[in-house]
Amino acid sequence: MSNFVENAKQAVQGAAQAAMQKAVELAPDSWIPGGRPDPLIDRKHGLIGAQTSRVDGSLKVRGAAPFAAEFPLEGLLYAAVTFSTIAKGRITTLDTAEAEAAPGVVLVMTHRNAPRMRPMPLFLTSQKAAGGDDLPVMQDDRIHWNGQPVALVLAETQEQADHAASLVRVAYEVEPALLSFAEAKAKGTEPGIFMGPMKLEIGDPEAALAAAPHKVDTVYRTPRHSHNAIELHAATVAWQGDTLRVHDASQAVAHTAWSLAEIFGIDESNVHVTSPFVGGGFGGKSLWHHQVLAAAASKLTGRPVRIVLSREGVYRLVGGRTLTEQRLALGARDDGTLDAIIHTGTVAMTPHNAMPEPFILPTQSAYAARSIKLDVEVVKLDMLANTFMRAPGESVGTFALESAMDELAVELGMDPVELRIRNEPEKDPTSGLPFSSRHIVDAYRMGAERFGWSARSATPGMRREGEWLIGMGVATATYPYHRMPGGAARLTLTRDGRVTVEAAAHEMGMGTATAQSQITAERLGLSLDQVTVHYGDSAMPGMILAGGSQQTASIGAAVIAAQRELVAELLKLAGNDSPLAGLKPDEVGGMNGGLAKLDEPDRFESYVSILTRANSDEVSVVGNAPMPLETQHWSMHSYGAMFCEVRVNAITGEPRVSRFLGSFDCGRIINAKTAASQFRGGIIMGLGLALMEETVFDERSGRIMNPSMAEYHVPVHMDVPEIDVIWTDIADPHTPMGAHGVGEIGITGVGAAVANAVYNATGKRVRDLPITLDKLM
Amino acid sequence: MAITINGSDVEAPGDARVSLLDLVRDRLNLPGTKKGCNQGACGACTVLVDGERVLSCMTLAVQCEGRSVTTIEGLAAGGALHSLQQAFIDHDGFQCGYCTPGQICSAVGMIAEIERGVPSVITADLGGEGLSLSREEIQERMSGNLCRCGAHNGIIDAISEILVREAAE
Repeated sequence: MSNFVENAKQAVQGAAQAAMQKAVELAPDSWIPGGRPDPLIDRKHGLIGAQTSRVDGSLKVRGAAPFAAEFPLEGLLYAAVTFSTIAKGRITTLDTAEAEAAPGVVLVMTHRNAPRMRPMPLFLTSQKAAGGDDLPVMQDDRIHWNGQPVALVLAETQEQADHAASLVRVAYEVEPALLSFAEAKAKGTEPGIFMGPMKLEIGDPEAALAAAPHKVDTVYRTPRHSHNAIELHAATVAWQGDTLRVHDASQAVAHTAWSLAEIFGIDESNVHVTSPFVGGGFGGKSLWHHQVLAAAASKLTGRPVRIVLSREGVYRLVGGRTLTEQRLALGARDDGTLDAIIHTGTVAMTPHNAMPEPFILPTQSAYAARSIKLDVEVVKLDMLANTFMRAPGESVGTFALESAMDELAVELGMDPVELRIRNEPEKDPTSGLPFSSRHIVDAYRMGAERFGWSARSATPGMRREGEWLIGMGVATATYPYHRMPGGAARLTLTRDGRVTVEAAAHEMGMGTATAQSQITAERLGLSLDQVTVHYGDSAMPGMILAGGSQQTASIGAAVIAAQRELVAELLKLAGNDSPLAGLKPDEVGGMNGGLAKLDEPDRFESYVSILTRANSDEVSVVGNAPMPLETQHWSMHSYGAMFCEVRVNAITGEPRVSRFLGSFDCGRIINAKTAASQFRGGIIMGLGLALMEETVFDERSGRIMNPSMAEYHVPVHMDVPEIDVIWTDIADPHTPMGAHGVGEIGITGVGAAVANAVYNATGKRVRDLPITLDKLM
Repeated sequence: MAITINGSDVEAPGDARVSLLDLVRDRLNLPGTKKGCNQGACGACTVLVDGERVLSCMTLAVQCEGRSVTTIEGLAAGGALHSLQQAFIDHDGFQCGYCTPGQICSAVGMIAEIERGVPSVITADLGGEGLSLSREEIQERMSGNLCRCGAHNGIIDAISEILVREAAE
């Protein structure tokens, strides 16, 4: 009965959402955010797009940027974790006596003495939910995955805590666990739900495929991946009276504060989370059990606690990207145009999370096929909850889609760049929405020219230098433009003409403070050094996730709104004695350190003058970004054309990437220096995905077998060639600053570009990542 | 015997298990040296001991008695940036900044190795006059310092600039 009610409720909600979505699609452009282009788009020679070095660069190169584990607190205790060694069952013996008696130990916390807490609100289940799973956190004797924390030790030093954690004796009653992907599939899959169902069928693709004169129909596989940010997950926590104070490493400070409040049953205002610098995130730095356990243990002891997970601990407690098995079928006519795209398959997730790796996302908008079928099915294994990792969906989905496009080009005897251009859609092929700004063909042409694509031989194995076979490959990169609800920012203008921006946003390497300083300075007509950006604090305005490549747009839209408030306040203060007297906020803009009438710049008064005359020390306003309806009105994405040259050793099979070019179409670029670094960084993580990365999961025990940076290989300096990046720099008239996200696009398409180059070099098609030398011998 | 850290003498910890890394980070409030794996696999904790680059997570503090340790905090004299630190900023040789102190300390040690004529595994001409300053040599010698943000190009560019500048001087 309750199921029936729940289904009916969802159906009604779904119907309401669908009606709303239809209304937004059909609404006039002018009703939608982005209907009127951001005036910053017209500023061509200012701070936007400049090669500005990072404003926090000096802090970082001196090691003076404080990370989560680097806040000294009086009376600090150090934490260490004992992990379960079985995948499923219950704890039968939990002997903590020896650990408790060890020198320096202050607390051994287990399910027997942990305070009562609610499970973590699971990410995506409500607006501010930040939890990686919704399991009980040390509340009972049940084990749900191999590596689950069973005890937390607090001691006066890290050495004492580590030793004592090794003295906790645990015995289990083992229950059968579902750990094998194949076995789980045999038992049946269920439809994946990711912000809606991931099932779609347009036309009759199976029939179209069967009838097509040219076809590819094959299966691609990608393994589990780990984020491996170099900064270990860490938190320094303390209860200050009723307030929980958390120095976290976080991509979601506001979400984490709300979620911790839910867990401990306290008011959101009694949790204060800060995170000024994050040592790499990539989707992994959200709320996991360690922050909760540290806060609980701090509560029990009344002392501040620092928890720094060991590298193994990160693998045990923090999920990564799950594995995928994808069928990709393409049916084409002689001219290369697609009659059918079928992209279906299965991923593994868990009963305690909500993240079916959405590998179909890139295929939704990629090509103008006459029929399309998409489907993500899931199986649920008894493992650590998998989670978001850089370009969830696209990073692995493009491997299948873009490898298959290459296979089709071979089958057709057509250049793979030309094949993609022939299938360029005029509108979004699945939503039917117009594209807001899509210049992927330009990116392909620019890239092909610069990379020397015309020198590629269509026949594999034709180029050899000594032992090395050389080949070239290409693939499309794509990642959506997101702007999530909740963007907000405070602007404070002081009498000295300086402005401070405050937003609950994050810096984990993207250059947040730098880009937002540039944007705000340009918008307000200030110099870069007159703007200071504060962020990484849950007490600041906004619910701004550093995820989905959306932070720049989210803060940007909030600052637009805040500027409008600020101008209104300033016009009031300026009064009738100002050259600005009688003007409305929409008639003025920021320039030369003050406000001026847009079409009559001589009507100007400086910020300093306005505040001084009004005898006001500061004006402070908060702007709230409008709802992101633009994403329902247009189909919006970042794009790229990825060109790769590989050298494969004919004797050992060793693959090396020797050249790489990313040619991007990501709207207006805000900072040419830091955006290039984001592009390169994504591409390099993509090289890891292509050639070496795999989290090895033992299907007998459910244990991750390579929980170490020595055994999980990421690209090192010697693996990384000089990576060329170029971009169209064409502003999207429908986004703040004309920008699209640049954080995740770089990893997409890389796996296929490398695999396609390997095929061109050797004639061997690898459909199972990573492309290690054993697959090429 | 004391340990000299950035010019100041420090008593060795009583607990022999304390690594040089934990000594500087947890006990001396010098958190510029970073912990990325605590097992010698990532290079984030690289410091200089008597001018040579070492992994401070794999070095017991007591092993450093009578020796001189330089961390990232001790690299720049008198508030100015070390030339490598400035080059890292100019070439955007970092993003999150977490592996950066280790990269920079490692590069300082590596440049000294090149100056001493220490070959790497890819050095072809072991008997030759001076070592090649090729990009590949630098890449090989820096491969023990992982970077997950993908700032590899900027890091190698920054180090190359300093090597070229030093060679010209």
